[in-house]
Amino acid sequence: MGTLTIGIFSSLVGSMNYDFALKLAEAALEKGHKVNLWFSGNAAGSPKKNQKHLKDYSHGETPLRKLMEKGLEVCTCEACTLARGIQKPDAIEGVQWNAMHWYLAKIHGSDRVLHIGGE
Amino acid sequence: MGDVKLAFIVTKPPYKSENPKLAATHAMAYQTVEILLEEGQTVTPALCYVGDGVLNCLKGQKAMEQYGITSTETHLKNCLLVDLDVYVCKEDLEKFGISEDMIVDAEDMGAEKKIQVVPFETIKKVIEDANHLLYF
Repeated sequence: MGTLTIGIFSSLVGSMNYDFALKLAEAALEKGHKVNLWFSGNAAGSPKKNQKHLKDYSHGETPLRKLMEKGLEVCTCEACTLARGIQKPDAIEGVQWNAMHWYLAKIHGSDRVLHIGGE
Repeated sequence: MGDVKLAFIVTKPPYKSENPKLAATHAMAYQTVEILLEEGQTVTPALCYVGDGVLNCLKGQKAMEQYGITSTETHLKNCLLVDLDVYVCKEDLEKFGISEDMIVDAEDMGAEKKIQVVPFETIKKVIEDANHLLYF
């Protein structure tokens, strides 16, 4: 089995990139691959917990929690997240906080990398 | 694998979105990645500006005065200061009428590296040589 690292830079709401990243991660996990997920840019606003699931908007918290239970490793850019007004106590438990070198280190150990740029 | 080569390709203009800045800051993170890697493992980034992305390389940016944020110019200078390879597409510069003397340098900070103005063929080679492509 391989290792896939996905870098997502799009916001949770505003495009379907984030939804796609989670669905791809789920498919890879189900096939037995190791998956790492990096949030940067506007995606760094997505680890906020207590998201309300309105049917007209993408919803990240529930699927993200389920994927982490299946072994998905998730990290958010600390500076990007703090800049968006989210403190660690406000964040989904289990999401790591680190600097950009986390992403580069995971890329180093990956068989494939999918970098999904922001808006 | 000991060394992993990454090609950061920037096609978006500065300030319209956060992406071009994030390309530079992520590339620069190669300086500290070793704390998370095993001995002998390294990451070697190359930062390439093509298309509208070449506008990021203009010197004299006033981001601090206009927006109160660090300019892309400053990030580029820091990249040069840490010996990162930065390439800008010669043909795309010409399309915008940008001459080499209008490109950012970090001589005032003591950097030996300069942004390399190269034909697109050279950037294609950088992409071909990379293990992974990061498109901003």
